[in-house]
Amino acid sequence: MTAMLESSSAAAANRPGSIRWSKQFGRVFVYGCLALLALVFLAPLLSMLLTSLKSMDEIRAGNLLSLPSTPTFAAWANVWGASCIGVTCGGLKGYFGNSFLIVVPATFISVALGAFNGYVFAQWRFRGDNLIFGLILFGCFIPFQIVLIPMAGLLGKLGLAGTIPGLILVHVVYGICFTTMFFRNYFITVPAEIFKAARVDGAGFWAIFFRILLPISWPIVMVSIIWQFTGVWNDFLFGVSFAAGTNQPVTVALNNLVNTSTGTKAYNEDMAAAMIAALPTILIYVAAGRYFLRGLMAGAVKG
Amino acid sequence: MANLAINHVTKSFGSLAVLNDINIAIEDGEFLVLVGPSGCGKSTLLSIIAGLDEHTSGSITIDGDPVDGLEPKERDIAMVFQSYALYPAMSVEQNIGFSLEMSKMPKAQRLERVSKVADLLQITHLLKRKPGQLSGGQRQRVAMGRALVREPKIFLFDEPLSNLDAKLRVEMRTEIKKLHQRLGATIVYVTHDQIEAMTMATRIAVMKDGILQQFGTPEDIYDRPKNVFVATFMGSPAMNLLPATVVGETLSLKGADAVLPVPASVVAPLTEGREVLLGLRPEWLSLASAGSPSGPSLPLLVEVIEPTGPDVFAALRAGEREIMARLPTGTPVAPGQKASFAIDLSKAILFDAASGVAL
Ligand SMILES: Nc1ncnc2c1ncn2[C@@H]1O[C@H](COP(=O)(O)OP(=O)(O)OP(=O)(O)O)[C@@H](O)[C@H]1O
Ligand SMILES: [Mg+2]
Repeated sequence: MTAMLESSSAAAANRPGSIRWSKQFGRVFVYGCLALLALVFLAPLLSMLLTSLKSMDEIRAGNLLSLPSTPTFAAWANVWGASCIGVTCGGLKGYFGNSFLIVVPATFISVALGAFNGYVFAQWRFRGDNLIFGLILFGCFIPFQIVLIPMAGLLGKLGLAGTIPGLILVHVVYGICFTTMFFRNYFITVPAEIFKAARVDGAGFWAIFFRILLPISWPIVMVSIIWQFTGVWNDFLFGVSFAAGTNQPVTVALNNLVNTSTGTKAYNEDMAAAMIAALPTILIYVAAGRYFLRGLMAGAVKG
Repeated sequence: MANLAINHVTKSFGSLAVLNDINIAIEDGEFLVLVGPSGCGKSTLLSIIAGLDEHTSGSITIDGDPVDGLEPKERDIAMVFQSYALYPAMSVEQNIGFSLEMSKMPKAQRLERVSKVADLLQITHLLKRKPGQLSGGQRQRVAMGRALVREPKIFLFDEPLSNLDAKLRVEMRTEIKKLHQRLGATIVYVTHDQIEAMTMATRIAVMKDGILQQFGTPEDIYDRPKNVFVATFMGSPAMNLLPATVVGETLSLKGADAVLPVPASVVAPLTEGREVLLGLRPEWLSLASAGSPSGPSLPLLVEVIEPTGPDVFAALRAGEREIMARLPTGTPVAPGQKASFAIDLSKAILFDAASGVAL
């Protein structure tokens, strides 16, 4: 779009009187396009939000994007604390808590290990380092479905089948591939002479990592945290495969809630439940999205 | 403070030989300058002395003890890197004090040492800043500070002044020299700057393509270069090299239709008809005046003159040959003029034309 803007203003430069008008027209056009696209992408979310605030009668009568006549959080309260999921009727809150119990340690551990691995792969040479890094990269491309059965067997052997720690382990193992790659690619851009200077100054392996490297890696830490948090939070397949009953994450509970409600479908509750399940990842993006962008940039541009 | 010996050190990266059988030994308190064209292996040699790179064969001793295989911190050296290599997240103060912190020096003592060094380098006002907020020259001084704050056995400097402006560079040069005299520190110093090399060094090692060309005092290197490479690398403008043929006791200059006696300094027997190069530094030429004692001289055409302040560089021509002369300012020469130039052959050097080795 910048290219278009430039060419339009370049053309306008030949006719001095119209420069202003043409520039303004370009700007209006660009913002118009952006607004329209934003609306298209936001409409489903908006419709979800509006529906979740309506009563069932109003939903049946009205259209998807109309404002609720009497907004109510009743559906939200219900799915949060009272709806029946499977045989228990305690709403989503327990599962929501499960998801946090899974996502926080899984994110923390995989990011920490990724940072450490990345540091080693980027700046220390050892026998077979490239081969091992290649294998770890390969891990990024293994489809989830392939590992389900062996993973289930492994968790069983470890006595972690159906538990939250089991699920954390699975997510950490999968996450390490990505976080290692992120950190390694970031650290490789740090000039080698900085490490040499630190070694001459008497800093050891850990001092270099904690004192010199970590303080400049917050952009990539943010990227990894967002990546892992959203990935683990949104995971359904591992959750449904490896967690049993009350240990299930919120995504699985959401599915059960929406699919098992008997009688008439309570769309307002479905929407409220979906909103609740999606809220943490939305908040993370809102809070840290700019670090995400900046981090991706910082990893790409040397310096 | 310590002596340093580099014995038969060889380094290859895979099949690429970067250093080839380097032998250098310096005494305690010496100032060794490494010079050579870009890519000749100076930084690599420095890294090997520091213990950051491993050499392929040979050995390094500091104070008589082999240090091969020791970590940099076990060698007690300080190093200034070509690219500064400051720690981006730390303030200038933390950067300079980092090595002391790593050696667990108490904070008060550490800060005192840092502020002394900052004073010396005139960066006290920058102590709280991050490296990203400094200019190139300021960063370089911080990098210097990081080395100076320690009292190591050996200082290693990799072109530490290359980014300073001319005035600061001269100041820092003097500072380093003073520091060297005051501490009696052993220093290995890489530079591209000949003036730095000549003024600071007690020893110079000239390298090319990973091979040590000559190792000696600045006078050795300047007055008695061992080969054509060393002769032309050191000195600016470069030494004139005139192809000549030995004819009896004289040299017949090729392409110039002129004859000069064989310099007295040449002791090796010269066979008749041998092809040689006559090496003349620009300052060994002077305008022959009527009153001066009659030594060897050449009639030369003045082509270009370049005043530099204290001296005038004159491009002279003899037939096909161009000869640079360094004349005192005020010498009455003008472009286009033909004049007779006296040649001081007492220091002149003859090189074998084929091998480039001094005779
Ligand atoms: N890690 C490496 N792998 C392969 N070759 C290398 C490596 N490091 C340096 N070299 C090569 O070794 C040679 C010497 O490099 P070095 O950095 O020592 O040169 P230098 O004399 O310091 O040059 P400059 O004056 O430009 O700093 C160069 O040809 C360089 O390409
Ligand atoms: Mg170098």
